[in-house]
Amino acid sequence: MSDIPVLVDHLFRREAGKMVSYLTRIFGFSRLNLAEDVVQDTLIKALEVWPFHGVPDNPSAWLMRAARNRAIDIIRRDDRFRLATPELTHLLRIREEESGEGPVPEKEIQDAQLRMMFSCCHPELTADSQVTLILKTLCGFSVSEIAHALLSQEDSVEKRLGRARKTLRDSGDFVELTNRSDIPGRLEAVYQAIYLLFNEGYHSSSSDRKEPEELCYEAIRLTLLLSEHPHGQRPKTFALLALMCLHAARLQGRLADDGTLIQLEFQDRSKWDKFLMGQGFQYLEKAWESNVVSEYLVEASIAGIHCGAKTYEETEWGRILELYDLLYHLKPTPVVALNRAIAVGKAKGPEEGLAELNKIPDAEKLKDYPFYPAAKGEFHLLAGRTIEAGAYFNKAMNLARNQPEKDFFERKLEASGPKLI
Amino acid sequence: MTKFLYLFWNKPTNWKSQSPEEMERRMKKWMTWMDSMKASGHFKGAGDRLEDTGSLVRGPQKSVTDGPYAEAKDTIGGYIVVEAKDLKEAVELSKGCPMLEGDGLVEVRPIASM
Repeated sequence: MSDIPVLVDHLFRREAGKMVSYLTRIFGFSRLNLAEDVVQDTLIKALEVWPFHGVPDNPSAWLMRAARNRAIDIIRRDDRFRLATPELTHLLRIREEESGEGPVPEKEIQDAQLRMMFSCCHPELTADSQVTLILKTLCGFSVSEIAHALLSQEDSVEKRLGRARKTLRDSGDFVELTNRSDIPGRLEAVYQAIYLLFNEGYHSSSSDRKEPEELCYEAIRLTLLLSEHPHGQRPKTFALLALMCLHAARLQGRLADDGTLIQLEFQDRSKWDKFLMGQGFQYLEKAWESNVVSEYLVEASIAGIHCGAKTYEETEWGRILELYDLLYHLKPTPVVALNRAIAVGKAKGPEEGLAELNKIPDAEKLKDYPFYPAAKGEFHLLAGRTIEAGAYFNKAMNLARNQPEKDFFERKLEASGPKLI
Repeated sequence: MTKFLYLFWNKPTNWKSQSPEEMERRMKKWMTWMDSMKASGHFKGAGDRLEDTGSLVRGPQKSVTDGPYAEAKDTIGGYIVVEAKDLKEAVELSKGCPMLEGDGLVEVRPIASM
């Protein structure tokens, strides 16, 4: 067999994110388009040359060097860069000294990526725009890949990106990470954007797109990057990491081969990713050390209890209920109330569960949420009332938002229907 | 074993619009094909990509024009030297070239021996 290094999956995408961030640091945010062009050209060069000369020993170093050298050539030739920033001057000096062969310091690359992450989470952008921008600049997704991942139309993604770029050009700067007072605020926005990204990946259905987990792993990767920097080494970061790892660990068991949803009760736990689970528990422990209780920490802890149960029957619903009480205190939303009510039912019995479901404040906000009637159906079924159960599962089916949900509720409906002899 | 030259003719491809992921997929296909030919001993590593620029020098006038030679709109993007039993085998091996997916052309030419 050949001794050529195997290309790591998604190398180009990841490196594109690193290169765009690094070049934006050099060119400035107003020249983001130029940075993206240089990166594109660099990848094309790799695609042209590597098949003939082999993949370099260090592919990511090769790419970064090539991008940097190309950037330097452009700066040299372009009059508009005459007003040299410190970064430019530094770069030109490197070029002179090392004839461009020296590696780009890892720390500078990580720094640039973090700055990009914070910059994308500009307060004037909606969370959706922030996520779209992150996917484009930091994760190396194309417009069509973003549209596919977020189940949007290409031209609406294009428009969103255009508006976001304009906002950043007009009022944004490439955020400095040195003790600025608005870092904490931005950090909140970064957390929310990452959480949103993760959820998009987690709740997608595999029949709608291939590899929905990619978004989950991208979210985890970005948070890991965040956690390696002093600004990001906060309890909430570790809690978010724990949450994502513990959810992502169970992704493989969640969907059947044909894309249908499998109820937690019936999931094959041997398919759960033990490595990710282990990582999740480690981050959970770390997050708990600080005694700072965030929503992420509580959600992660709940996920941890599920992960820790060898079988569904061994699930410690009592502890889960306590955590939901705490979560509701921090985040009193109807969806949290719903999940708490479900935990009540599991811990104390279906009648208690139904009673709790009927007591949810602002329940009308759940009128389009299929899992609300589904929960009622489930408890009626457990109590032996198949007709009521059927009615609720029917309702859930009509509210289904995608094919896997529809199929799932349809099967529950069938399971609760009167058996014809 | 005879030596053959594979000439890769490509139409101008708009790689500018391809995503990093798509380019990587393409790259992996090339690597897989080249690797398999290295493993089987058919390809020893001689080959190169050609730049899309150059010059044409013609005739006793030695007139010079901008290249590459693009009479047929396609240009030679690169070449490799492959060893095979005969033309038939060389042709079979060339069918693994990812270029062919995109309506590309691989010209297989025996290299004259002494």
